[in-house]
Amino acid sequence: MSHCELITGNEAAAYAVKLVKPHVIAAYPITPQTSLSEKISLYIESGEIKAEYVTVESEHSAMTVLISASTMGARTFTATSANGLLYMHEQLHWAAGSRLPIVMCCVNRGVGAPWSIFNDQQDSFSQRDAGWIQMYCRNNQEIIDTVIQAYRIAEEVYIPVMVCYDGFILSHTMMPVEIPEESLVQEFLPPYTPHTEISPESPKTVNPVFFPWRRENHEGVLCDGYMEKRYKLQDALLHSADIIRRTNRDFAAMFGRDWGGMTWEYRTDDADIFIVGMGSLAMEATVAADELRRGGIRAGVLGIRVFRPFPCREVADALRGARAIIVFEKCVSYGQTGGFSTDLKAALYGTGITAPLHNYVAGLGGRDVKARELTEAVEGSLTAIDGGDGEHKTVWLNCFTG
Amino acid sequence: MHDNIFKINDKEFLLPGNRSCQGCGLSLAYRFILKALRENTIVAIPPSCLCVLHGLYPTASVIIPAINCTFAGNAASASGIVAALKALDKPDITVLALSGDGGTYDIGIQSLSGAAERNTDFIFACYDNEAYMNTGTQRSGATPMGAITTTTPLLTKREKKKDFIKIMEAHDLPYLATVSPSYPMDLYEKFVKAKRIKGTRYMHIDTPCPPGWGYAAKDTIKIGKLAIETGISILFEIEKGKLRLTGRSETIAKKGKKLPVVHYVERQTRFKKMSMEQLSQLQSSVDDRWNEYVGRAEL
Ligand SMILES: Cc1ncc(C[n+]2csc(CCOP(=O)(O)OP(=O)(O)O)c2C)c(N)n1
Ligand code: SF4
Ligand SMILES: [Mg+2]
Repeated sequence: MSHCELITGNEAAAYAVKLVKPHVIAAYPITPQTSLSEKISLYIESGEIKAEYVTVESEHSAMTVLISASTMGARTFTATSANGLLYMHEQLHWAAGSRLPIVMCCVNRGVGAPWSIFNDQQDSFSQRDAGWIQMYCRNNQEIIDTVIQAYRIAEEVYIPVMVCYDGFILSHTMMPVEIPEESLVQEFLPPYTPHTEISPESPKTVNPVFFPWRRENHEGVLCDGYMEKRYKLQDALLHSADIIRRTNRDFAAMFGRDWGGMTWEYRTDDADIFIVGMGSLAMEATVAADELRRGGIRAGVLGIRVFRPFPCREVADALRGARAIIVFEKCVSYGQTGGFSTDLKAALYGTGITAPLHNYVAGLGGRDVKARELTEAVEGSLTAIDGGDGEHKTVWLNCFTG
Repeated sequence: MHDNIFKINDKEFLLPGNRSCQGCGLSLAYRFILKALRENTIVAIPPSCLCVLHGLYPTASVIIPAINCTFAGNAASASGIVAALKALDKPDITVLALSGDGGTYDIGIQSLSGAAERNTDFIFACYDNEAYMNTGTQRSGATPMGAITTTTPLLTKREKKKDFIKIMEAHDLPYLATVSPSYPMDLYEKFVKAKRIKGTRYMHIDTPCPPGWGYAAKDTIKIGKLAIETGISILFEIEKGKLRLTGRSETIAKKGKKLPVVHYVERQTRFKKMSMEQLSQLQSSVDDRWNEYVGRAEL
């Protein structure tokens, strides 16, 4: 039977790992991921997780271990944050290029310099183009459920999945979480079959040097060049949106919780003011939407659950009737604007949606953002927009910009 | 010891027509390594001449399963293979990580030290051709003093070669051995032995390289032998902390006479700018090291 426990986000992730039964785990400690790798160590030593746990000497090695273990046919898991994720950067590309269904939790934290151990989403945002699926969670229940879904998605499309959730805000905050029943998880998640068999009976050199052009194999068959391989990754990533939607539906049917697939919406049915965000900040925006509605503003929230592949279809459908789009985001594309809003604007181009878009860079390095401040920010934007100012605008919220 | 080369496994795993240079010391060593380790082996390969030797997609020159990895992570990549084999209950497969000196002494030292400290059950073999050859002979921590490389083009390398074998010995491994492709039977025997031992085994291959060292392709065996004859490289093995000289090095220590290093140096154009002072420094450090190892071997 499923049961309910009061646990932190990191404990929820560790629980999910226990339920999906990986073969190989490798991790290296970093705040705020640490309590997750500690919990997994406890499960390993107590025998509750039967996996090979490689206590590596760096995050680069953690991902390297998983890459070859996954190539060999092992289900794998790791988790990291901030500089640990950046230290893996080379291997993130290698994992995606190798089409390996590795699942990793990124417990979101600001990156140095200067040092911050506190939350924002610059770490995972900066790995946007590595070829991974990126999913963002809004609470601890979604963390446990998303890790389980991530394995099914990854192993179906052969693309690694990063399950992102906000450091401390979720990782260290206790919430009641319903623990899915183990037998149902087993039913939901078929065993992993690698795309390539590696064994003495079938000696292959995996990921050798590719040349720009296509080349014939020993039987005269023309095989992919580098560009074809890369196109296939892009194609699979774009098509994975359908698999993500379906996996969410199947999960909802089996476990009774629907997380929305690519995006989620809150009070958007009659909304004309759309607040858009990812992770716990978007969850906080639901409180702001309620507050705005009390003041007569028809506000709703569009939450981004999957950032890669980008939810183009959902975003265009949801924002069709928007009079104003207000984005709150915890990442920056330095030299451009907010990290998420840059992508959102690109997705809206050509859809006919021309509503003014204000984006607020908020909560970097753990700076507190209260629902009331979100409300005030939206009200401020609406004053400008209703006054006839249709320009896009960027504001650093709660930041002394002198 | 096999006294006869015809007793070596006659199966070939390294096929003719691979992409290494003519006279490549690596391809010679690799041929005998694979003969010793046999079918049930998986190799982890970093970017290096070895990666090129394996071939361009979709053809390969080696009929042993191999997984390419990134430069810094060869030992970690092998650790992942080992962990997966264990978790998936596939015993009796030998995991070999084979790296150049760059992938061992320099960028790969962190993951190698980590894997060795965890006593990961694999063989790490370093083919030491004393520079980054794949990228065109740049200096590495293994390049000897006085050698010209493309990043020490005028002044030669001014620092001494890192004593990496000592670093690996400090990891207190179950087995550590040095080999040379110029002595294939010694090499073969040591890999056969390494295969039977559990835990991290470190193998150091002195690997002559015609284009990188500047000698004619036909002289690879000769150059490799001169490295041993002069004591620049010493053939030995360390098992459970006990050091034993082997093959030609043992013979030289017992009754032979080691040659002056100039015999080795003068045949390679990489040393053509070596100063007399560097030469005498090389001779004295080779002598010191030789005396130390002979002393430890308790002949
Ligand atoms: C992270 C990274 N840095 C640099 C390179 C470029 N690179 C490829 S092979 C190589 C040199 C390899 O030297 P070594 O390990 O001694 O092997 P060899 O080429 O001599 O066989 C370098 C620098 C790379 N592939 N990856
Ligand atoms: S450069 Fe040297 S090590 Fe590399 S393939 Fe050529 S001979 Fe072999
Ligand atoms: Mg080299």
